[in-house]
Amino acid sequence: MRALLVGDDALLVEVSSGAEARDLHAELLRRRAAGALAVREIVPAARTVLLDGLADPARWAAELTAAQVPESTARARALIELPVRYDGPDLAAVAAHWGVTEREAVRIHAGTEFTVAFCGFAPGFGYLTGLPDRYDVPRRATPRTAVPAGAVALAGPYTGVYPRSSPGGWQLIGTTDAVLWDHARVPAALLAPGTRVRFVPVEGA
Amino acid sequence: MTDRALLVVRAGALTTVQDRGRPGYAHLGVPRSGALDPSAAALVNRLVGNPPDAAVLETTLDGCALRPRSMVRVAVGGAPCPVTVGGRPAAWGAPVVVPAGELLEVGAATAGVRGYVAVSGGIAAEPVLGSRATDLLSGLGPAPLADGMVLPLGAPAGPPARVDGVPQPRPPAELVLRVTLGPRADWFTARAVRDLSTRAYRVSAASNRIGLRTEGPALERARPGELPSEGMVLGAVQVPPDGRPVVFLADHPTTGGYPVIAVVRAGDLPPAAQALPGTPVRFVPVRRR
Repeated sequence: MRALLVGDDALLVEVSSGAEARDLHAELLRRRAAGALAVREIVPAARTVLLDGLADPARWAAELTAAQVPESTARARALIELPVRYDGPDLAAVAAHWGVTEREAVRIHAGTEFTVAFCGFAPGFGYLTGLPDRYDVPRRATPRTAVPAGAVALAGPYTGVYPRSSPGGWQLIGTTDAVLWDHARVPAALLAPGTRVRFVPVEGA
Repeated sequence: MTDRALLVVRAGALTTVQDRGRPGYAHLGVPRSGALDPSAAALVNRLVGNPPDAAVLETTLDGCALRPRSMVRVAVGGAPCPVTVGGRPAAWGAPVVVPAGELLEVGAATAGVRGYVAVSGGIAAEPVLGSRATDLLSGLGPAPLADGMVLPLGAPAGPPARVDGVPQPRPPAELVLRVTLGPRADWFTARAVRDLSTRAYRVSAASNRIGLRTEGPALERARPGELPSEGMVLGAVQVPPDGRPVVFLADHPTTGGYPVIAVVRAGDLPPAAQALPGTPVRFVPVRRR
């Protein structure tokens, strides 16, 4: 673990894997809930957790690099099931990249338990991990100018669901009717860092 | 319909509703947003008797024109500009009464970029995650102003400040940005770190509420490629593949993969929001507090 000072009041803690980042994020949330950590933002990402709005980042740098971070337990985290129609225009390309049939690609994707590693790109857009490394896929050579809301998509090691229509370069494998982001709802984001996710295949309507 | 409302007669190039933004949701991908020049926004609120978190209007270069349905008190600050009420000159940087149906014209900035217009009672747009700020990156909050739009106003909270005016900082002729190096200065050559602090940069016309873009020498990378996405802070000096530093402002993305060579001191960001395209920029490394 390495702690990098960011400006005057933030700290970027770098670890060596996504799993370690998840454990560290869970530990920091525990400390904040216990009143031991006063911070404005705790932002997990691929290999880091950012603490922003921290009174004494140098002290926290020393403390966290010396800390033993326990493994986070999956059961403590919410599980969301997302119904999905595997009808995406890039499903065939993804299956070909994996060297399997489309039906098998769906079985692999729907048989995986994902975890929201972090959010970004747009409110409510989660970067979901869980597929083995061998299923990494490249981004599309040419991004689409409009990806519809609810599109289930793959890029690199991640699965994501577009909360609203936007340009995007990910490979589209399916569609969900679930509302990923609704600012009038509590919580606004269906998927938050740490949430476990399963995609449940449904027949096309 | 209530008469606590403002008719937008001329929206201007880009006028948005702003307050202190929505910090605390970066982990969901929600930018902080809020006024780019928070001290100017707080000042105009104080001049009309609003609490500091009341929503104001943030104008860009050419002001706006508004017609209240009932008598309101307003104050215009930030970038200096001419102000008229019903065609007659009125004070800038001071409380001004606008009678019902009269036209408040906030003119083009004579210096700086962002003007702030506070109206007694505040702009009562629907809050999203506790803030009425327009976030141009993610589309949260009220839409930017358009001609003919009607903006609801809140109830006046208190009496206006007992002052006739308050001095406000002039927008800078040269933008001096104090920076602390890192977190990813090691992704750049020693020469690039030196270039950042010694070479001349200028504010690019492509700057917006997301970032202050610069023109100048490209900063040379010691390592190619992108970082795995990591959390980004306000004031981060991110260096995209073209090598020209971008200073993140209020609507910045919450995560990003381009390395951050340095971070601008929070106190130097309001002047950055007021720097016109072409303004010389100097990055000055300082020690952490």
